[in-house]
Amino acid sequence: MAFKLDSKIPAGELAQKWSNHKAAIKVVSPANKRKLDIIVVGTGLGGASAAASLSELGYNVKIFCIQDSPRRAHSIAAQGGINAAKNYQNDNDSVYRLYYDTIKGGDYRAREANVYRLAEVSNLIIDQCVAQGVPFAREYGGLLANRSFGGAQVSRTFYARGQTGQQLLLGAYAALNKEIATGHVTSYTRHEMLDIVLDDKTGEACGIIARNLVTGEIERHGAHAVVIATGGYGNVFFLSTNAMASNGSAAFQCYRKGAGFANPCFTQIHPTCIPVHGTQQSKLTLMSESLRNDGRIWVPKKLEDVEALRKGTLKPSEIAEEDRDYYLERRYPAFGNLVPRDVASRAAKERCDAGYGVNETGLAVFLDFKTAIAVHGKEVIEKRYGNLFDMYKEITDVNPYDEPMQIFPAVHYTMGGIWVDYNLMTTIPGLYAIGEANFSDHGANRLGASALMQGLADGYFVLPYTIGDYLSKKIQAPKVATDTPAFDAAEKAVKEKIAKLLSINGSRSVDDIHRQLGLIMWDNVGMARTKESLEKAIVEIAALRKEFWKDVKVVGTADSFNVELEKALRLADFLELGELMARDALNREESCGGHFRSEHQTAEGEALRHDVEFAYAAVWEYKGMDEAPELTKEDLTYEFTHRAQRNYKD
Amino acid sequence: MNFTLKIWRQRDAHSKGEFKEYKVTDISSDTSFLEMLDILNNDLVHKGEEPVAFDHDCREGICGMCSLHIDGHAHGPSQAVTTCQIYMRQFKDGATITIEPWRSAAFPVIRDLVVNRNAYDQILQAGGYVSVRTNSVPDGNAIPIPQADAEESMDAAACVGCGACAATCKNGSAMLFVAARVSSLAKLPQGRVEGARRAKAMVAKMDELGFGNCTNTGACQAECPKGISIAHIARLNREFLCAKLKD
Repeated sequence: MAFKLDSKIPAGELAQKWSNHKAAIKVVSPANKRKLDIIVVGTGLGGASAAASLSELGYNVKIFCIQDSPRRAHSIAAQGGINAAKNYQNDNDSVYRLYYDTIKGGDYRAREANVYRLAEVSNLIIDQCVAQGVPFAREYGGLLANRSFGGAQVSRTFYARGQTGQQLLLGAYAALNKEIATGHVTSYTRHEMLDIVLDDKTGEACGIIARNLVTGEIERHGAHAVVIATGGYGNVFFLSTNAMASNGSAAFQCYRKGAGFANPCFTQIHPTCIPVHGTQQSKLTLMSESLRNDGRIWVPKKLEDVEALRKGTLKPSEIAEEDRDYYLERRYPAFGNLVPRDVASRAAKERCDAGYGVNETGLAVFLDFKTAIAVHGKEVIEKRYGNLFDMYKEITDVNPYDEPMQIFPAVHYTMGGIWVDYNLMTTIPGLYAIGEANFSDHGANRLGASALMQGLADGYFVLPYTIGDYLSKKIQAPKVATDTPAFDAAEKAVKEKIAKLLSINGSRSVDDIHRQLGLIMWDNVGMARTKESLEKAIVEIAALRKEFWKDVKVVGTADSFNVELEKALRLADFLELGELMARDALNREESCGGHFRSEHQTAEGEALRHDVEFAYAAVWEYKGMDEAPELTKEDLTYEFTHRAQRNYKD
Repeated sequence: MNFTLKIWRQRDAHSKGEFKEYKVTDISSDTSFLEMLDILNNDLVHKGEEPVAFDHDCREGICGMCSLHIDGHAHGPSQAVTTCQIYMRQFKDGATITIEPWRSAAFPVIRDLVVNRNAYDQILQAGGYVSVRTNSVPDGNAIPIPQADAEESMDAAACVGCGACAATCKNGSAMLFVAARVSSLAKLPQGRVEGARRAKAMVAKMDELGFGNCTNTGACQAECPKGISIAHIARLNREFLCAKLKD
């Protein structure tokens, strides 16, 4: 049975849609809000800001996070900044321009109305964060400072040194603490959602099954609405810039229970990460995109220089200017080093595939600050990027003030996610998804400094309004009982799954299998995909999944602090999610944004979209672990914006 | 490289713990400290033994999840980094490395090297915020802030809440942690409004939770992975005293 998708995009002019919608949707009175319970899973920017705002409104909120404190969520690692259309720089920025850059950056695979709303509320986010005491960078006059980011020709990114995500999250976490202190938010730390529970009769979301990660106890929590804010699933690749515990499992349980999963193949490969070394590595480290403000990306023009670099007989700083190929400036004169991430990543791959990779693995390019230091002086550069330079030196033992950084693309963000309508509700009534966990705003590629914007837009300014439209129908509903057959069945299934994992006692550790999955994904579902590679991936992942369920070794017990069990549960879902990503990529016979099918490119090697056939969001419905999922298409109609071939050249 | 590890093993909060010795071999010098523990754990799993539990997440020094006393130092021998940012090239080949959890009465052990730091959340819940509602705020540029004040606020706001300060302090004091939040907000006009209430409430909560007093030894500053200065403790004391004088 295919989904009947209703995106609930309001009618009217683009700029009026959100206002019209807010005026049309229902609200819940303060007295009734007090009777309603909401569960928020995940406490990053989306989850924390939503939970705090919902609590301020008067709802009873329960929050769940897998770490020991809500403040640890991976939003904290975002370095560069957050976009807003304030036009404080007087460089002709506007809500429309931010909208246009975002929808173009996403290669026209996002909804016009959602993206416009995102741009529209962006300014409120900055005001909110300033009022919370987020120490944004300031100019000498005391006013807010900005920097530039990829995919934009204006300077609209607000930042707090290289720790913007941290500061914004601490702001949202502080708002959450304020509400925890009032007693309207109850915090469940070191708890992991293992299933979503749907009402037997209505099919509405009515709660979750969670595991207390300290005691192993399986708990039931009921609510009138459930919000998934658990981030992205980039860790399916094993090596990514995501935190070690970041996972796709909460979203995947929703998918298994009937929520549509949209555009799973849209993965962002970030161009500026520290290259992989050796085989013992556990994760990859991002170097902020803000570095591309001042850094210039290059490889040598001559292959003999490349060889000398690899042998260590030549230092990069010894290569003369005329022997350097600043390939982004060469190929994209208008945007230069500030092209969007997908374009920069593919260009790096193109040079490395041609044999110009500058380290021993052949998978690295230079990010050089020589020019910037000459123009601005070392002090200025140190002030702008000091902590990032220090971090680079810690990891690589190379001083980036003297020699250029080596960088290479790495998996960073997933634009795909749970399908949501304009209200951020999934195909399951009462179940919402916000932030990176949903699919809505970034199309096929996310611009830098827009993840923080979307997380906070959803949490502070969208969900608190739209959830009222659904909950207004629940004001007569009693507290959700958790002694129902639906909860019984969900708890039983979770316990059986855990028992099964612990009983296999095979020969391969969770990490061994996860690493293997990561290699399959990177080689076949990575930066360049082909029909052959994707078909190969589908077969290999299915085989690996069978092996996992037959031969994994999970030590420890169910009723204790057991990290291996946590990892095994997450990997079980990655082993299905990886296949879903490959199937989606196989279906999408075009190149767009971060999804590059080698069969579909222009003569110059740029992504070639096929708007007639593929201007839709691919929404997948779960049919079983080893069954092919069913596709439903949400057509993306462009009423207001002309879909052009993306051009960053002039 | 090869190492001998002496690691604290403790089944749960109620059990008695002890050191156990392990060997790790063929470790690359570019491997991070936590990757070295991953390798040990993977070996243990293959042998059917339970791996060593330790906290970690972002592995880039910002989430504050990782901890560990390594050879007697919070976050290991290096200055101004978290445990996840330590690399094995900083140790001598063949060295014996001792790894313990935070030792602080306010941070009870959950298992092996994992401790409960919920007390820090509770301190912040007592007042570590500005009481503004969503959407009830002025324009961002309506509140000019001298650049130097914003920078100083940011210095304090860099605290990752890892617990190294209290775990290092011989008195088990959380003053550096409390000071970082109080000072960060005290340097901004937005934070001034509730300054007095905040300082009193957070200090009272810290005392209630069993953290000790500050005797200005400066150990917290020396071990802080973010290099937070004890000058912020001076500002906290000033905030606290001024608030108390008005009572």
